[in-house]
Amino acid sequence: MKKNLLFKIERRPIASGSLIFIVSLIAIVVALVVAGIFFRIYGVSPIRAYQLILRGSLGSRFGITETIRRAIPLLLCGVGLTIAFRALFWNIGAEGQLLMGAVGAAGIALFSGLPDPLLLPAMFIGGFLFGAAWGLIPAFLKVKMGLNDVITTLMMNYIALYIVEWLIHGPWKGPSMRGFAYTDTFPQAARLPSIYGTRIHWPTLILGILLAVLMYIMVTKTRSGFEIRVIGENPDAARFAGISQMKTTLMVMLISGGFAGLAGVGEVAGIHMRLLGPNHISMGYGYTAIIVAWLARRNPLAVIITSLLFGVIMTGGDVIKVSLGLPFQMINVFNGLILFFLIGSEILLRYKISFNSRR
Amino acid sequence: MGWESWIVTTLSRSLAYGTPLLLGTLGEIYAERSGVLNLGVEGMMIMGAFSAFVTAYSTGSPWLGILVAAAVGGVFSLIHAFTSVTLKANQVVSGLALTMFGLGLSGMFGRGWEGKPLPNPISKITISGLSDLPIIGPILFEDQNLIVYLTILIVPLMWYILYRTRIGITIRSVGESPATADSLGINVNRVRYMCVFIGGILAGVAGGYLSVAYRPAWTEGMTAGIGWIVIALTIFSFWNPALGMVGAYLFAALYHLAFRLQPWVSPELLKAMPYAFAIIVLIFVSRGTLQKRMGSPAALTLPYTRGEE
Amino acid sequence: MGNLESYTIELRGIVKRFPGVVANNGINLKICRGEIHCLLGENGAGKTTLMRILYGLYQPDEGDILLNGQSIKINSPRTAISYHIGMVHQHFRLVPTLSVEENIVLGLDEGTGPFMNSRKTRKKISMIAEKYGLLVDPGAKIWQLAVGQQQRVEILKALYREVDILIMDEPTSVLTPQEVDQLFTTLRTLVDNGLTIIFITHKLDEVMQVSDKVSVLRKGKIISTLSTSETNKPDLARLMVGRDIVFRLQKSPVQRSEKLLEVNDLHALNDRGLPALRGVSFEIFGGEILGVAGVSGNGQYELAEVLTGLRKLTHGKIFFSKKEITNCSVREINDCNIAHIPAERIRMGIVPALSIRENLILKKYRRPPYCRREFLERQKIEQNAHCAIKDYQIAAPNCETAAKLLSGGNIQKVVLARELSENPSLIIAVHPTYGLDIGATEQVRQILLAQRERSAAILLISEDLDEIMTMSDRILVMCHGEVMGIIDAENADIEEIGLMMAGTRQEGEVK
Repeated sequence: MKKNLLFKIERRPIASGSLIFIVSLIAIVVALVVAGIFFRIYGVSPIRAYQLILRGSLGSRFGITETIRRAIPLLLCGVGLTIAFRALFWNIGAEGQLLMGAVGAAGIALFSGLPDPLLLPAMFIGGFLFGAAWGLIPAFLKVKMGLNDVITTLMMNYIALYIVEWLIHGPWKGPSMRGFAYTDTFPQAARLPSIYGTRIHWPTLILGILLAVLMYIMVTKTRSGFEIRVIGENPDAARFAGISQMKTTLMVMLISGGFAGLAGVGEVAGIHMRLLGPNHISMGYGYTAIIVAWLARRNPLAVIITSLLFGVIMTGGDVIKVSLGLPFQMINVFNGLILFFLIGSEILLRYKISFNSRR
Repeated sequence: MGWESWIVTTLSRSLAYGTPLLLGTLGEIYAERSGVLNLGVEGMMIMGAFSAFVTAYSTGSPWLGILVAAAVGGVFSLIHAFTSVTLKANQVVSGLALTMFGLGLSGMFGRGWEGKPLPNPISKITISGLSDLPIIGPILFEDQNLIVYLTILIVPLMWYILYRTRIGITIRSVGESPATADSLGINVNRVRYMCVFIGGILAGVAGGYLSVAYRPAWTEGMTAGIGWIVIALTIFSFWNPALGMVGAYLFAALYHLAFRLQPWVSPELLKAMPYAFAIIVLIFVSRGTLQKRMGSPAALTLPYTRGEE
Repeated sequence: MGNLESYTIELRGIVKRFPGVVANNGINLKICRGEIHCLLGENGAGKTTLMRILYGLYQPDEGDILLNGQSIKINSPRTAISYHIGMVHQHFRLVPTLSVEENIVLGLDEGTGPFMNSRKTRKKISMIAEKYGLLVDPGAKIWQLAVGQQQRVEILKALYREVDILIMDEPTSVLTPQEVDQLFTTLRTLVDNGLTIIFITHKLDEVMQVSDKVSVLRKGKIISTLSTSETNKPDLARLMVGRDIVFRLQKSPVQRSEKLLEVNDLHALNDRGLPALRGVSFEIFGGEILGVAGVSGNGQYELAEVLTGLRKLTHGKIFFSKKEITNCSVREINDCNIAHIPAERIRMGIVPALSIRENLILKKYRRPPYCRREFLERQKIEQNAHCAIKDYQIAAPNCETAAKLLSGGNIQKVVLARELSENPSLIIAVHPTYGLDIGATEQVRQILLAQRERSAAILLISEDLDEIMTMSDRILVMCHGEVMGIIDAENADIEEIGLMMAGTRQEGEVK
């Protein structure tokens, strides 16, 4: 290392909010540029592709509404994930929790025999409980037996997926159409209303925004929120202070799993009106929500914005599927790249280059 | 079907199905022993599967396909190594990003390749003399392929390297106590890159094996979560290649046994078996270990910076 | 001025900066061949940084290193070793799960290819071990060895690499007085065989006992280099600190009030499942400080943990003011108003990313007035912070500052402010002045003495025997998880304490 360097690299003690914003923005832009390269390899002009995406998702009434409706499950899952991540529980299982929420809602809608006005509230409660239970299992395994949360939540995703498959092919089988399996459609009273002419099931949307605000308040202003923050920042100090990591982990996963469950309710009761193939209920909402939560820097309020961003991407994926013949899977290319550049750019937040003026 | 042929079929199939699991696990063991958690195995496997298929289809040589798969897996893993080791980013998220990217990329470019049969898959081998041996004959020497054999052979090699050579000591020290290794002049980052790269190559080969030997075809998402099971098996094996072999084949055997239950349990639920098994395997492992000494490499998932303690 | 004999090591104008502090501020140091040269200074004076530069772990921002008159660049430990410079660190650089042999060979290319030639290695190890009296079993795993033996492995590692210059960083901090003597004998043997030794320490006794030359560092500069034979402890102390220091603290005579803590026959396991406490019993009265002396690793940490609810007892009882608190949770202990000043203030004592204000309520956030129903009372919390900052003179821009931005001394003050704010009757203080500069150390000690005046009972656990001897009213010595003896500090004899630390039980009954 030379003497009298022009600049040196130092650790940055704290990164300001505006820096975080700028760095995140740069990361997203770079990711989109790199994705553009893959478009080019595929034989599509990236400019044209992005134009189509933006026009498709934001340039028409239909596009905007689709973006919003895609954002709804991302919002719910994302808010839940910010809470889980804050307590250092790596919940990769939002996808499965969402599916189980859908199962709960479908079960109540089709088989509970409850009087009409109670159906929807019961479905939400049921979906929440199913999702929460699905999330509590890995939480319990981590807390009691130290099992790795990433693997257990991931495995539960697959198990949930096959449970849904089993139900729609087996005990809950309804009429099938064109080779796809479904349950019967939900009775009228079990369907969520949408904004006229769109697929936005607004009760779930309002619920999502409400929960985002509530969680923000919880994290910043309440006792439990304080405990979560302490655990997330320094688990040793949490133990020292007598905060029970076990109780907090369970609580956090109750919330995270429950919220993902609510997202599942929204999908089956608001969009599809039946339980269907898992790949149709969720197009990777649970996984995309991870990026949504990460980009939001674990701030529940910011999830409102980041979920919209990814709503744009997902709607865009539909658009290019139709117009350019690209498979929907390609949005995973976006997702992966964005996530990569996001975490890769974090090094810019941790270190800074300072210039020395040397005589 | 008599009991004997039942066992033989199961074990024979376990060798076949266990091979990609074992390859992936061996690679991940090395990566994790050096302290890097690589959750991108699924992504590397699927890209391996895809690239192997495309290469084999276009050139007619499945072995070239495997080679390409290894290279692709290696390159992908280097991306993860860069993010995790050099940029010191969160390893869990980096691996996930890699998997998402791999699944997306293979899905995107794989569109046109679905449903095409592979004219020259890796041929099945039957060693005529040895296949007449009672029991082990039909299991080991009938209808297997070269990759299966090679995989079995590299297990003792990888074990020996890890436990009996200087390279192995270096790797283990980097994963347990990177500060110590660094203070002795070992380039911690270089060792980690190397181990992650090994993991990537093996994962690529594992994927290639699936599309070019095991069930020669390409389908989007065909790895179906095998990569995640590899992660679980790595823990189950206590980061020891020999136990990794036991775990992989055992798991594969259980997987096949589960399908015997077909008359009684619905097929969809059976497909959930492997993932439930993985959790059960982990529970089983956690009950056994009280002593942290047999536990994970102490520096796993922790990036290392000199001077920061 | 010019000297015909070139020095083995010469450091010229070494400058090293870290964020917020200049660790080495233009250091000039000359080391002669075959001498034991001590680097003396308080914590934070820059000694370890300087030696890490010599060993290639850090790069100097400015300055030169000369080896036998030749200017060299040491980019990494590997380079240092190629120049035959070795280092034994304060916290051993050993891999616990590998064996002695594997640790010794780690990082070496001996040209024998990738394989381990175990026989040849072992032969070389035994040769060296015999020559210098450093016997140890090459096949044993490090985690199975005692601390003194681990240090031997560290020295063997360096000798195996044929170093000429050996740097030792605070080597005696983990040894009993008798082991220290053994170490010094080993050092003399090494020097007789032609090695040069650089010895970092902050203990004056060791300097006088073993060194030929001593260089005193203070705040990143070398104040003076002297021949040991031409100086004495008070002179060195003055150089080290910049003023005359008082060797004994002004402390009022002890006035004991009622018995506050009684522990009977405590047994507990450590993290590895091995016995850490094996029948510990003692009492503490209000108004006194009971110091716990002992080499690190003999159960002191575990003792603090069982008393504060962080570890479960397998046997025994704890009574606080007549109430039984055996195996209570951390929360319950909190509620009894028992304070815990932890050993690792950054790892356990604070949440670095949270603000000072939030750190100050880490233990009382559940209680009114800081919390009403579920919600935290921001105003009250801020008020509390302002009071604490004033009372304890915490240097920070405001109470919103993140705790990790504070200096070590201020962090400890935050911890103290938090723990002592409710006027606890029992204080468990573990290494409260570790890593603090002299000013902060004095402040912390004064705070503890003030609590003693208040009739609080204080259990002081420290590896610094000087601190124990100056602060305590009674001294309890622990070894292997047992109480070796409890004596009055007034009449304490360091020889006797040393023997107890090494395992000799005190004559007569244990008070």
